[in-house]
Amino acid sequence: MANIQLRNITKTFGTHTALKDLSLEVADGEFFVLLGQTGAGKTTTLRVVAGLEKPDSGQVFINGQDVNDWGAAERDVALVLQQYSLYPRYTVRENLAFPLKSPIRKTPQAEIDAQIARVAKTLRIEHLLDRKTDRLSGGEMQRVSIGRAIVRKPRLFLMDEPLSALDAKLREVLRTELKSLQVNLGATFLFVTHDQVEAMSMGDKIGVLTDGRLVQVGTPYEIYNSPVNTFVARAVGSPPMNLIDGQVSGDAASAIGARLPLGAGKAGAGEGRPLLFGVRPEDLHLQSGAPVAARVQDIENHGVEKIITLRVEDKFFHATVPKQANLEVNEDVRFTWDPEKVIFFDASSGMNLAHSAA
Amino acid sequence: MAVVSTRAGRLGNRIAIAAVIVVTLIFLSPIYWITSTAFKPLVLATSVPPTVVFEPSITPFVKLFTKRAQLTTPVDPAVYEAAPWWEKLVLDGGERLSRDGRGEVVFSAYPDRFANSLIIAVTSTLLAVSLGTITAYGFSRFRVKGEADLLFFILSTRMLPPVVVAIPMFLMYRAVGLNDTHIGLIILYTAFNVSFAVWLMKGFIDEIPKEYEEAALVDGYTRMQAFFKIVLPEAATGIAATAVFCFITAWNEYAFALILSNRRAQTAPPFIPSQVGTGLQDWTVIAAGTVLFLLPVAIFTFLLRNHLLRGMSFGAIRK
Repeated sequence: MANIQLRNITKTFGTHTALKDLSLEVADGEFFVLLGQTGAGKTTTLRVVAGLEKPDSGQVFINGQDVNDWGAAERDVALVLQQYSLYPRYTVRENLAFPLKSPIRKTPQAEIDAQIARVAKTLRIEHLLDRKTDRLSGGEMQRVSIGRAIVRKPRLFLMDEPLSALDAKLREVLRTELKSLQVNLGATFLFVTHDQVEAMSMGDKIGVLTDGRLVQVGTPYEIYNSPVNTFVARAVGSPPMNLIDGQVSGDAASAIGARLPLGAGKAGAGEGRPLLFGVRPEDLHLQSGAPVAARVQDIENHGVEKIITLRVEDKFFHATVPKQANLEVNEDVRFTWDPEKVIFFDASSGMNLAHSAA
Repeated sequence: MAVVSTRAGRLGNRIAIAAVIVVTLIFLSPIYWITSTAFKPLVLATSVPPTVVFEPSITPFVKLFTKRAQLTTPVDPAVYEAAPWWEKLVLDGGERLSRDGRGEVVFSAYPDRFANSLIIAVTSTLLAVSLGTITAYGFSRFRVKGEADLLFFILSTRMLPPVVVAIPMFLMYRAVGLNDTHIGLIILYTAFNVSFAVWLMKGFIDEIPKEYEEAALVDGYTRMQAFFKIVLPEAATGIAATAVFCFITAWNEYAFALILSNRRAQTAPPFIPSQVGTGLQDWTVIAAGTVLFLLPVAIFTFLLRNHLLRGMSFGAIRK
C-alpha cells in the first residue's frame, strides 16, 4: 500500500488550465475523496496520479518516490472508471486475468486462477465469470471493473466516479461494498465524485476542488461543520447550508428583519461588516415565539425526516423537521437557529471568519 | 416509430422491393454479359442481336491460358485423335496450340500477370492499411501539432486526378529504376491508398473509447501492447472495410499499370485488353480473362462481408 503526495501540480490543456498549483496528500490506507463539479479538475488529478497525463509542472510522489518519469504501467496503480473500462470481446474471466497477464507481471496460470477465484468470491461475480462483458448489467460491469482493480493488489486505487452511471439503489449497495472492501484491504483509495453524499458517506477525508484548486481538505465532519467558505458550504450537504444576509449588532445577529441569538463568544467576530450567516437545515428550529416569521412553502417527505422550505419575504430557507411534525403548506410558522452552530462568512469574500482568523 | 402495417405500407414495401430488384438487375447485367461471353463460341460473341441461349463451352478459358497460332492447313486427323479434349476445342476453332521444343504446351502470360496483380494488390493493401491504421491511431489519440492541416494535406493528395502525374511518375520511375518492377507498383498503390486509409481508419478509431487503452496502460501494458491487444481487435471492422476498398482500387488500377509496367511486373488489367489485337478480335478470351479477374475481389469481399456490413453503418450507431 502507499501514500501519495502531489506538489504544486499545474496542468493546462491548450488555453484551459485544468489544475493550478495543486498540492495534496493522501495517507497510507486512507479513503480520500476528491469532490467537485464537472470541470473542476478531479479527473485530471486522477490521471496525473495514474500517469496518463504528464503535469506541466509539479511533482507526484508515491511512497515518497518521485514518479514523474514513470509510465502508467510502472506506477502499479489500479483505475476504475465510470464506464467503458471493461475490455469488450473478453469474458469476465479474461478481463480479470488481463492485468495479471501483463508482461511486467507474468503471473503463472495457477496463481491467476487462484486470484480470480478470490476476487470473484469477494465481489460475488462467480456466476458471471464466463460471460462476455456486453452481457452484463451496469452494476455487474462495475463489480467486474472493481474486481480487475483488486485482482493484482496494486499500491493504490484510483476511482473516477465509478458509481455515477448506476441507478440509485445499486449505487447505495455498491457504495457500502466499496467502503467495506477498502477497509478490509486496508488500501489507499483516491476516489473522485461530484456526488457529495458519496463523498460524505465514504471518505475518510474529502478534498473539495474547484477550478483546479483545492479549496478545503478535511474529514467529512470538518467539511460539513466548518466549511472554509460559502462555496464549500453550498457544495456539501443536501439540502445545502442556508446562507442568510445580515450583520452582528451587539450580542445578537440582525438578519431577515429579526434579531437572532448568537452563541457565547461568537458575537464579537465580524462586528460591523456585512456577513452571511451559515446554518445547516437541521440547525433551524421551528418554535412558537421564535424571532423569525415564515410561511411553509413546500414539504418534502424523506421518510426519516421532512425537509421543508420556508419563505421569508422573497427568500427561501431549508429546515429539516422530524417525520412526525405536523405541518401544512402555507402554514405560518416561526423559527430560530441553533446559536452555537451558526457560521460567519464574510459577505464579500465568502470566507469563513473562523478559518481566516486562524 | 410504430411499425407500419397498413395496406398502403405493404404496397409501399412491395414497390420498394420491386425497385431494388430492378436496380440490382441493371447493376448485374454487365456481369451477366461478360460471363456469358466468356462461355460463348467465338461466332456468337458479337452476334446481333445478342444470343441468349447457346451451348456453353470453356474454349475461351483454354485459349486464355495458352499460346496459339492459326492453322494454315487442315489438321492431320491422327494428330486430332491423339489430342486431349481441351486441345480439340482449340483445333475445332481453326487454331493450334504453340508447343516448345520438347512438345510441351506453352502457357500464355495470363497466369503470370494474374499473379503479379495478386502480389501487388495484396502487398500494397497490407501496407496501406497498416500504415493508415497506425497513422490514424496517432492522429486520434495524441495531440498532434497542426493536426487539422496535416490531415487536410493527407486528403489533398487525392484531390488531383492521379493520371495528371502519370508522366512525371514515369520519368521518376525510369530514373530510379522502378519501371516495370513489383516494388514500383506496390509503392505507387500504397501511396494512392494510404491517404484514404488514414481518413477511414481515423473515423473508426475515434469511435473506440480511449478508456480501453488507458485501462490497459494502467494494468501494466505498454502503449504498443495495448494497441495490439485492445485497439486492433476493436478496429477489425474498420480494417476490413478499409482493406476491401484499398484492394479494389489496387486490383482494378489500369492507367498507371499500363504506363509503368510492360512485362515482368505487368498486372492483369493492362494485359487482358492487349489480347485483342492478335489476328482477329477474340472477345471471348477477353471475357474469360475478365471473369477470372473479377473473382478475387468477389471472394475477398464475400469473406469480409460481415465486417463490411457493420463497417458501412459505422458512425450511425453510438454506444
